[in-house]
Amino acid sequence: MELSINGSKHQVEVEPDTPLLWVLRDELGLTGTKYGCGLAQCGACTVLIDGQATRSCVTPVESVAAAQITTIEAIASDVVGQKVVEAWVTHQVPQCGYCQSGQVMAATALLKQSPQPSDADIASAMVNLCRCGTYNAIAAAVRHAARA
Amino acid sequence: MNAITPTSAISAELPEAAPLNLSRRGFVGGVGALVLGISLPGGSARAQGAAAAIVPGTRVRAFLEIRPDSSVLFRSPFIEGGQGIFTAMAQIVGEELDVEPSKFVVEGAPPGRDYLLIGGGRFTGGSMSVRRSYETMRKLGASARQMLLQAAATRLGVPVSSLSTQPGRVVHAASGRAVAYGEIAEAAAGLPVPANVPLRRPVDFRWIGKPVPRLDVRDKSTGKIRYAIDLKLEGMLHAAVQHAGRLGLEPSAFANEAEVRAMPGVHSIHRLPGAVAVLATSWWRARRAVETLQVTWTETSPGSVRVMPADFSSEAHMAKLKAMPGQGVAFETVGDAARAFDRARTVVEATYDAPYLAHAQLEPPSALAHWSQDGTLELWLPNQAPEMFQADAAKVAGIAPEKVIIHSPPLGGFFGRHFLYQTANPYPQAIALAKAVGRPVKLIWSREEEFLRDALRPMSVARFRAGLDADGLPIALQAVTVTEGPTGRWFGRQPDKVDSSTVEGIAGKVYAIPNRRVGQIHVDDPAILGFWRSVGHSMNDFFYETFFDEMADVGRHDPYELRLRLLAASPRHKALLEAVADLAGGWRRGPFAAADGSRRARGVAMASPFGSEVATIAEVSLRDGEVIVHDVWVAIDPGSIVNPAVIESQVNSAVALGLSSALLEEVVYEKGMPRARNYDGYPILSPDKMPKVHVRIVESGAPMGGIGEPGLPGVPPAVANAVSVLAGKRIRSLPLSKIDLKGSQG
Ligand code: FES
Ligand code: FES
Repeated sequence: MELSINGSKHQVEVEPDTPLLWVLRDELGLTGTKYGCGLAQCGACTVLIDGQATRSCVTPVESVAAAQITTIEAIASDVVGQKVVEAWVTHQVPQCGYCQSGQVMAATALLKQSPQPSDADIASAMVNLCRCGTYNAIAAAVRHAARA
Repeated sequence: MNAITPTSAISAELPEAAPLNLSRRGFVGGVGALVLGISLPGGSARAQGAAAAIVPGTRVRAFLEIRPDSSVLFRSPFIEGGQGIFTAMAQIVGEELDVEPSKFVVEGAPPGRDYLLIGGGRFTGGSMSVRRSYETMRKLGASARQMLLQAAATRLGVPVSSLSTQPGRVVHAASGRAVAYGEIAEAAAGLPVPANVPLRRPVDFRWIGKPVPRLDVRDKSTGKIRYAIDLKLEGMLHAAVQHAGRLGLEPSAFANEAEVRAMPGVHSIHRLPGAVAVLATSWWRARRAVETLQVTWTETSPGSVRVMPADFSSEAHMAKLKAMPGQGVAFETVGDAARAFDRARTVVEATYDAPYLAHAQLEPPSALAHWSQDGTLELWLPNQAPEMFQADAAKVAGIAPEKVIIHSPPLGGFFGRHFLYQTANPYPQAIALAKAVGRPVKLIWSREEEFLRDALRPMSVARFRAGLDADGLPIALQAVTVTEGPTGRWFGRQPDKVDSSTVEGIAGKVYAIPNRRVGQIHVDDPAILGFWRSVGHSMNDFFYETFFDEMADVGRHDPYELRLRLLAASPRHKALLEAVADLAGGWRRGPFAAADGSRRARGVAMASPFGSEVATIAEVSLRDGEVIVHDVWVAIDPGSIVNPAVIESQVNSAVALGLSSALLEEVVYEKGMPRARNYDGYPILSPDKMPKVHVRIVESGAPMGGIGEPGLPGVPPAVANAVSVLAGKRIRSLPLSKIDLKGSQG
């Protein structure tokens, strides 16, 4: 199967129903995308599929064979992604950091779709769990990135 | 001080280090930075011969390596899990060494005597790291600076007294010459560590006490940081396990072994104590196969392992705790509470309870094990006590501890999960699997297996009885907790002594109540118990501080005013309580109408956890029976501080976890098994439930207290006290989600 990830093509030999998450992590070594729950509960595995924030732990790889997949590894080469990362650094968002790949990807998807999100937009897009409770810093950083 | 040298010099001193590095070279993908400075003299388990002479925290070379570009590698005795300890170490050492914290690269130190800074052992937890190592780390930095000055004096041919330092270099003001630290690091390394070095005056601090940015934030914002779960070795197999539903069951027959063996990527199937494992070419394949395996589980012979009874339920255990009579073993006795009740005008009694909690850290447990040709065992695993894990891994592996090399990657969530808990850690399984197949094995527990085997915050019951005088002021207080504590469980319990973790937060209170007795009744808990952020305080402060409001109500006092009154003789606490009220724009209990039309109330609580003092106010409303927490104000007095920005983050984090436990969390056992196996059945605080958090740091100058945990304990009682006002009934049990509050809003 051929996948288009971060702008380049990758051949993978996997069962078609393998979740994208494990193809990224174990077949391609893209471990920036995290496993938290495997059940679409936490969002640690969030990647972009054709620009949409998507939980890769429940996304069969066969369903994204024709799609553009973007992971945290490519965040610095994306204009919006860069802004998000800078805002994350400015607001010192991460604590343990484990959820933050997914948070940054979710924020990037949001700002691509609505460059000037309202607080309600932010609340409805930024729903990933963070056990370290960085939620206030995340919201502040998203607002900051929207202004940048 | 050989560590202020290139690593080649170190390797020469430790020739047998070479084989250990082989596997590191085998790492696939950008982990190059991790390689630096791993072959550590003396700090390595291989140099045990010299170990006895080492005084922990004094040998500069074990901690510091100044590189040619004058950047600094610092080996931290403490593990980073988001609490900012690596940055704090860089601030403290950098302040005295005269190197900007941003020039530091910090990594978790390997096992070794140099790092045993917590009471002769090593443990990241109890909010102890900075307060227990502050002076030691300052001296370490100052000693290294002195050695660099000495080396520069030789190099420049001038007296040491004519030299000074600027960040990263030694300067000779008279001649205008300067030498970068990196240029003289090697020469400095050969010098003896000075015995007495002057420390900077606190008024001259540039980085200690300042909101220095954390060192790992960019890597954590770009997915570059690597947790144990992310590591990979050449030739590695992936492992997944299926545990017995209950402890005490062992795998016997497999109904479909051939089918599972034939599944894609499957390498082998293994029986382990209380579990089965599949090794495969990817974790997903291993997991799918192991969960397809149909296993017959049989009871083990009694006494061989810890057994979870088949009929155990948390509900029945709670009923058992509540039914235990008596006052238990006394832990704290002041005055004569029993006799003081004779003089009481009114008696207030209430029984409280709190459930088991799961850690639910976002990184699932994992362990990567690699047996080398020479019989050494390398382990990469999340842990908060490397030497303890090393010793236990050696026992499991049947080799000497110095043959076990432990790597301690950053933790994807801390909260007390990564202590050595029997049956709750994957590394014994990874060791056995790697041995069985002669290849490196990375084992990850699925989220479901983690919920099955996590070590729980104990459940507890607390019975209170207070006597009030004619003015409604408390003159006597009796409290007894009925529970088992994690400290006793893991560090040994004496039957006639109280495990302090079962009463902390009820004992040691600062209110002027002249007659008090606090005790504990021990009841064996069949569950695997663990430390959970703020340990006993996580529930005991809820018990005490909500009962305090009950006393206030019965005695017809405002709960804030009564606290102030009982703290009159304790200026530090009184000032802190006034500070939090000030931060909140003044105290008012409510109910009152907020600008958005909601009916709100506030609750207040005080806590004295881990050497710090905390006062908390929460503002709450009810919507369709659901508790909405709008704002939490926290005034925290840790005595003195290292990084206010880290404190603010940690308080935010502690508020989130404390609120999560108060609102939502409860591990329910039925038939010996936990009901919830993922976040769908064990909800944790989601972003929409996060209140605004306002923090005020008060530096009273008292001895330095902890930071990671103290923000938590005040939150559940502050919220519960506010909810009680709105609901018109006392809240005596958590979480609030199981209490019917419909129809309570005004
Ligand atoms: S790992 Fe995908 S949502 Fe949790
Ligand atoms: S930063 Fe730790 S889980 Fe979000």
